[in-house]
Amino acid sequence: MFQVNARLLYNKRIKKNCHEMALSAPQIAKSALPGQFINIKVTDGLEPLLRRPFSIHQIYRQDGIKILYEAIGKGSKALARRKSGESLDVIGPLGNGFKLGRGPGAGGRRHVLVAGGMGTAPLVFLAERLAEAKNQKPKTKTLVLLGARTKDDILCEKEFKELGCEVRIATDDGSRGFKGYVSELLKDELNAIRYPLSAIYACGPTPMLKEISRISQEYDIPAQISLEAHMACGIGACMGCVIKTARNALRATEYEYKRVCKEGPVFEASRVIWD
Amino acid sequence: MNPNLKVNIGKLNLKNPVLVASGTFGYAEEFKDFIDLKKLGAIVTKTITLNPRKGNPPPRTCETPAGMLNSIGLENPGIEGFLKEKLPFLKKLGVPIIVSIASEGGQEEFITLAKRLDKIKEISAIELNISCPNIKESARLISQDAKTTYKVVKAARSVTRKTLITKLSPNVTDIAEIALAAERAGSDAVSLVNTLAGMSINVKTGKPKIAAIAGGLSGPAIRPVAVRMVWEVYQKIKIPVIGMGGIIDTESALEFLIAGASAVSIGTANFINPRSTAEIISGLRDYIIQNKISDINELVGSLRV
Ligand SMILES: Cc1cc2nc3c(=O)[nH]c(=O)nc-3n(C[C@H](O)[C@H](O)[C@H](O)COP(=O)(O)OP(=O)(O)OC[C@H]3O[C@@H](n4cnc5c(N)ncnc54)[C@H](O)[C@@H]3O)c2cc1C
Ligand SMILES: Cc1cc2nc3c(=O)[nH]c(=O)nc-3n(C[C@H](O)[C@H](O)[C@H](O)COP(=O)(O)O)c2cc1C
Ligand code: FES
Repeated sequence: MFQVNARLLYNKRIKKNCHEMALSAPQIAKSALPGQFINIKVTDGLEPLLRRPFSIHQIYRQDGIKILYEAIGKGSKALARRKSGESLDVIGPLGNGFKLGRGPGAGGRRHVLVAGGMGTAPLVFLAERLAEAKNQKPKTKTLVLLGARTKDDILCEKEFKELGCEVRIATDDGSRGFKGYVSELLKDELNAIRYPLSAIYACGPTPMLKEISRISQEYDIPAQISLEAHMACGIGACMGCVIKTARNALRATEYEYKRVCKEGPVFEASRVIWD
Repeated sequence: MNPNLKVNIGKLNLKNPVLVASGTFGYAEEFKDFIDLKKLGAIVTKTITLNPRKGNPPPRTCETPAGMLNSIGLENPGIEGFLKEKLPFLKKLGVPIIVSIASEGGQEEFITLAKRLDKIKEISAIELNISCPNIKESARLISQDAKTTYKVVKAARSVTRKTLITKLSPNVTDIAEIALAAERAGSDAVSLVNTLAGMSINVKTGKPKIAAIAGGLSGPAIRPVAVRMVWEVYQKIKIPVIGMGGIIDTESALEFLIAGASAVSIGTANFINPRSTAEIISGLRDYIIQNKISDINELVGSLRV
């Protein structure tokens, strides 16, 4: 974990209220893993008081990190107003990211990435690392399922394709691709796939992740999901960001709270208890 | 000039007056990447109870104007878990360790906990958290009643010779009366303030922003309330006051010292800037050098009225 004054390299709107920012933060860039996040003090003053967490979207020219964010509230809107050349107080890399080549399903040959809305952000970084790992395992393939409200909200399609991923799209209104939720598209795809599956990696809104957990159980395919929680500290100190998890995979009634910022944000779906 | 930053709290001799507030610093390990922990005046642990506690259901925190609400519900590994898993790291630092304790079962549990801690030489002091708004088995907090405060502090006092600090709630009519009761019962110092009871609503959903509905307010929003209470208590008691509530920088730490606090605790600021404590320690040193003050204790209660 590092706390750095990161120089803002660029900050641009890419579509609607979705923005992309690059920050110079060599220590963070060098040690970051897909699924980890950074915690940004978006203004110098007391408003907003707390930092705001954002997933690491990509490593930018070795020494930089990129985030992809939606300007929805006070903090993210203030972030959208920051200008290149300014410096931001950033802590990272934080949390535990996606496990690659370890854990259940590591031997499989097909990875399925499922993104809902802004949940696309960390999956681009993941796809990059999976593409790099492909050198060792040339036969592995990555399928990316992108969920968005409409065709105008689809994020990072080009990036995934350039990384050699197969991409399928689901829109809520059917303006492009599959009409419906990306979790329904996932079921269709799982029914069609004949390869030995490796694992599902997902990030997006909580109801989507809940549904994906259910599907992963139904199809008996391990899933790693990236969760969100309201965070006060982001470094494991306040115990504020907890989610309920099963202490023991077999006895799901015995629960324990885990910190999204420390033990997460990526969890094995089978361990998460949804109330 | 080498100014004196040392302060005494009971039997404790602190190298500077900057502590961390219980529950905002974990068990210190979370901060080791950000600051040199050895530089702290003392470390106050997250409150521990006899048995492990899972804490309250999420969401447990939300942001408010210049502050935040929390309802952690004292999630902690219990005393034995603390001694086994957390103390080994703390012990190595060579910084005075103040263990904050709370009871889920009346005065007896405070006695059991204080006895257990009394035997451990690496623990420098005990803070009695009788003011946590997030575990309320009865309608009232201990620190909302002077008689109960006296009884509990007296009971803990009878089983330990370690420095005993009593942490007070601001959710009272007359905090000085409670502080006096703690002093009479043998407390070596008082810590104030704990969080102010508060609540915040999401108007889109009509639901409370934290699951426990109400929680404890902390951060700069509560600072003027806390400073006033420190001043109030300082005038009435002889034992030292440890002041806290919304300290985020050197200037806000100075406010508390001038109001009568012998030491200060940094809480919510640790979340915003994990280097706050270190920056405030050097800020205080610079301040007293610039103002030609030879001893920081001269500042304590120096309010000019
Ligand atoms: C580990 C992690 C990674 C994240 N990665 C990204 C990302 O890559 N891109 C992105 O756009 N967003 C991401 N988020 C969500 C982002 O942190 C919130 O959108 C942001 O904090 C909202 O702040 P605000 O001040 O703009 O909104 P506020 O005015 O605080 O609130 C606006 C809305 O956002 C919700 N919100 C506030 N804080 C959070 C939070 N910490 N988590 C979830 N919802 C919140 C509120 O409940 C409210 O509905 C991530 C969150 C977490 C926990
Ligand atoms: C997330 C959080 C957890 C806390 N947990 C405890 C606790 O376990 N015991 C305790 O005595 N005080 C606890 N407090 C209160 C603080 O120690 C402190 O009294 C209060 O936050 C006011 O100081 P501040 O405004 O600087 O944070 C907690 C505060 C916060 C914000
Ligand atoms: S946000 Fe404080 S412990 Fe996770």
